[in-house]
Amino acid sequence: MDWLKKNLPKIVVAPSFAVLLWFVYGFIAWTFYVSLTKSKLLPNYEFWGIHQYIRLWQMPRWHIAVENLFIFTTLFIILCIFIGVVLSIFLDQKIRSEGFLKTIYLYPMALSFIVTGTAWKWILNPTMGIEKFVHQLGFESFQFDWLVTPGMSIYTIVIAGVWQSSGFIMAIFLAGLRSIDDEVIKAAKVDGASTLSIYLKIVLPMMRPVFMSAVVILVHLSIKSYDLVIALTAGGPGISSDMPAVFMTKMAFGRSEIGLASASAIMMFATVSAIIVPYLYSELRREQDAK
Amino acid sequence: MKKILVAIFAISLVPNISFAGPKAEVLHWWTSGGEAKALSVLKADFADKGGEWTDMPVAGGGGDAAMQTLKARIVAGDAPAAAQVKGPAIQEYDDQGVIKPYNIDAVAKAEGWDKLVSKQVAQHMKCNNFTQYCAAPVNIHRIDWFWANKSVLDSNGIKMPTNWNEFNAAADKLQAAGIIPFAHGGQPWQDATVFEAVALGIGGNDFYKKAFIDLDQKALSGSTMVKVFDQMRKLKSYTDAGSPGRDWNVATGMVMDGKAAFQIMGDWAKGEFSAKGLKPGKDYYCSPTPSNSGYLYNVDSFVFYNVKGADKLEGQKLLASLIMGKNFQKVFNMYKGSIPARLDVSMADFDDCAKKSNADLNAASKAGGLMPSYAHGMALKGAQSGAITDVVTEHFNSNMSSKDAAKKLAAAVKASL
Amino acid sequence: MPNKKNLSRVFLFLILGLFVFYYITPLYVMIVTSLKTMNEIRDGNLFSLPNTINFDAWKIAWAGRGEGTSDTYLKPYFWNSLKITIPALLISTLLGAINGYALTKWKFRGANLIFLLFLFGTFIPYQAILLPMARTLGFLGISNSPIGLILVHTVYGLGFTTLFFRNYYVSISDEIIKAAKVDGAGFFKIFFTILLPVSLPILVVTIIFQFTQIWNDFLFGVTFSFGEHAPLQVALNNMVLTSASVKYYNVDMAAAIMAGLPTLIIYILAGNYFIKGLTAGSVKG
Repeated sequence: MDWLKKNLPKIVVAPSFAVLLWFVYGFIAWTFYVSLTKSKLLPNYEFWGIHQYIRLWQMPRWHIAVENLFIFTTLFIILCIFIGVVLSIFLDQKIRSEGFLKTIYLYPMALSFIVTGTAWKWILNPTMGIEKFVHQLGFESFQFDWLVTPGMSIYTIVIAGVWQSSGFIMAIFLAGLRSIDDEVIKAAKVDGASTLSIYLKIVLPMMRPVFMSAVVILVHLSIKSYDLVIALTAGGPGISSDMPAVFMTKMAFGRSEIGLASASAIMMFATVSAIIVPYLYSELRREQDAK
Repeated sequence: MKKILVAIFAISLVPNISFAGPKAEVLHWWTSGGEAKALSVLKADFADKGGEWTDMPVAGGGGDAAMQTLKARIVAGDAPAAAQVKGPAIQEYDDQGVIKPYNIDAVAKAEGWDKLVSKQVAQHMKCNNFTQYCAAPVNIHRIDWFWANKSVLDSNGIKMPTNWNEFNAAADKLQAAGIIPFAHGGQPWQDATVFEAVALGIGGNDFYKKAFIDLDQKALSGSTMVKVFDQMRKLKSYTDAGSPGRDWNVATGMVMDGKAAFQIMGDWAKGEFSAKGLKPGKDYYCSPTPSNSGYLYNVDSFVFYNVKGADKLEGQKLLASLIMGKNFQKVFNMYKGSIPARLDVSMADFDDCAKKSNADLNAASKAGGLMPSYAHGMALKGAQSGAITDVVTEHFNSNMSSKDAAKKLAAAVKASL
Repeated sequence: MPNKKNLSRVFLFLILGLFVFYYITPLYVMIVTSLKTMNEIRDGNLFSLPNTINFDAWKIAWAGRGEGTSDTYLKPYFWNSLKITIPALLISTLLGAINGYALTKWKFRGANLIFLLFLFGTFIPYQAILLPMARTLGFLGISNSPIGLILVHTVYGLGFTTLFFRNYYVSISDEIIKAAKVDGAGFFKIFFTILLPVSLPILVVTIIFQFTQIWNDFLFGVTFSFGEHAPLQVALNNMVLTSASVKYYNVDMAAAIMAGLPTLIIYILAGNYFIKGLTAGSVKG
């Protein structure tokens, strides 16, 4: 009985952990194995070495997709967190219409991007949306044709992506702000600190765990970005706004290149991990040291 | 009492061999609008004959989403009875061994399908090295159509171009008059559609075959291909700024409104005109893009996977037979905008564009110009057609030179094999 | 002093207002489009108001055109989505809370490593797991049932729910927990009497996130469910993504808004629980 009591925490976590091992790491291992095979239409298990990886890196489209992933993820994280923090702080200032505003900022996440993507496509199209609207107001030389310009289309995806997700980041920061003890802030105010410096020097540093959650969520959403790209640009113009998730789906299911798609999945996973894991690890270490 | 109990016990041991009737689980992406209406004809026919249709509709990604579902089911060992698969993909699945033992071949032989459809169509429907039927053809779509606004053409004194030079001249005239010559939706599959129509027209039927069916490296990188890319570059100059990403039906809308003059699109564009109450010959023209009796076709079909269970096998046979039935072939295609795959269906009730399509089909077949569309998955496997489309769309949306594009094209195809 | 306060208030509302504009514009376009007729959409201007307010598109999106089997519309699929979302949401949230609790308040060897592994797992691209998952579900015999989808969503939600709760609980002082342990309180007693009552904000966040992710999921829904068992997003996609046929944009917009309503309602209700001061005093030691 004592043994049970002593190990209860481990026992409680065990089922989730077991599930994690099979459905996440087991499947990653499977994907890795398939990436070393010649699989085309369906998985086959004939070993083929690292040929798929060589083929992958010889494809210009993959290079574009990886570059776009970096551009998108970086901007996506910075903008969502910045907007999320600013909005949450502003909303924390005892505003009467807080509920209403919160819903306005949050709702984009509720709607399927397949359809909101069409709306954004129209809005960002120079002959239908904003550019046309501003022209009609009289400013004939206004230009906003990022959507249809190969080098700039990825930034329109950022605009739409930030629109969709920043509200949620605001929500988790707001939850974090709300969990901070009033006493701490009151004490600082009594000491004469300005609101701005209270936020910058006291509140935000206390929100480190929230920052970590935000980064993890945003990286996850960025990797997952399929609907966002397809609905807005279909990876275009041409292939200029292609992203790894789109690439993977296209290769695996549209072009019967499952081995190649698996290689791309492993590369994505490895790249992201190489960057994020050190960050996560250092955050956890920091927590440890602070206690 | 004991005797009765024994009797009851004995009866309960007899396996229930009666099945409710033919069953079919059908995967497709004709989920709304005219396409769904067309498919409902098949569903009704199947139910009439006592069959139980289990619908698996999956739209999206030009079939990518449906392929996800299909492959997941195959990998889980539970393939659907029938799925909407067309072109070389059929044979690809056969190579993986998930289609044999070709359940519907018996039906095809009994009904004499070899005589009911053209040889080319029959080839697409056969597995096991093209000897046994494993799929049933639903229709024939024509890809290489011009759709034009009649009043725009008439008021600018332009006749339907019979070759690409005439088109360019007409386009220049229109551009000077402030009309967008070429309405285009800038999505990869649309770029590919235009590309293959141009290639067929400029390079000719044999060139098309060499390049997109035989994948001959010289044809892909040679001077004719460079000319094709040149024409694509010219076409780009005739589109408007908002073209990238545009949906095909928004582009058709531009033609309907008179904002633009021409669009190159498959025969389903008809549906948009009809929905607005416009008539061919009166409000708009449907005319093949310039070529030498060329005809780019797309045959939609249902492939029948290896399934177990008497009811499923019966369902497949019934479905195959219904798909090739005269009534279905007629009514379905009237809704869908395509023409029947079956040769002996009367075209009397079809609209003028469909009638033209049918006449051209026969002419092209005789002239050796009947070609499977690469852009719509009839000529090549996904890996090759995708590689070609990547280059085509990149070229169309950048300043790439035609020479470079042709080189890249050949290289991309090679790498994808 | 009052002037300065007023100025900063004005600035506050200006910024908030600007963002409202950014967020609202697509919704405005969607609503306005859903109320127009197709001819109006074809002819008109994106931002223009409809000539008359026309709810036909909404009716069609919900209940179809009465054409029987040739139509996809939303009504039958709402229930499917609920059947899948609610159990998956509840299970993954509960497990996440307990995991977060165990990993932070009952430090055992490897707790941080396990947490890292959970986090790491959230970066897996879902497209990669479709085929092995199909195999696994087939093997378990649940490949064509809502239970399969509940399992999938629970499994892939665990990383996030654990993250949310774990990071929330880590900021809660250990003192109270230690005191309770000394008093002899057990694992579950502490959880239910001390931590859960103050978890409201993070519970709200988790529910919002999980509900949204599961309700809006298309990828898993389309791969692991079929035909009439499909969740709402699959039906929505089927309605909206025609391949070679006329697109009824007004119906599409109406359908998308309807499909998003349950999530929106959750947001509105949940918003009431972002109550300040709930955790004040009782938690920070």
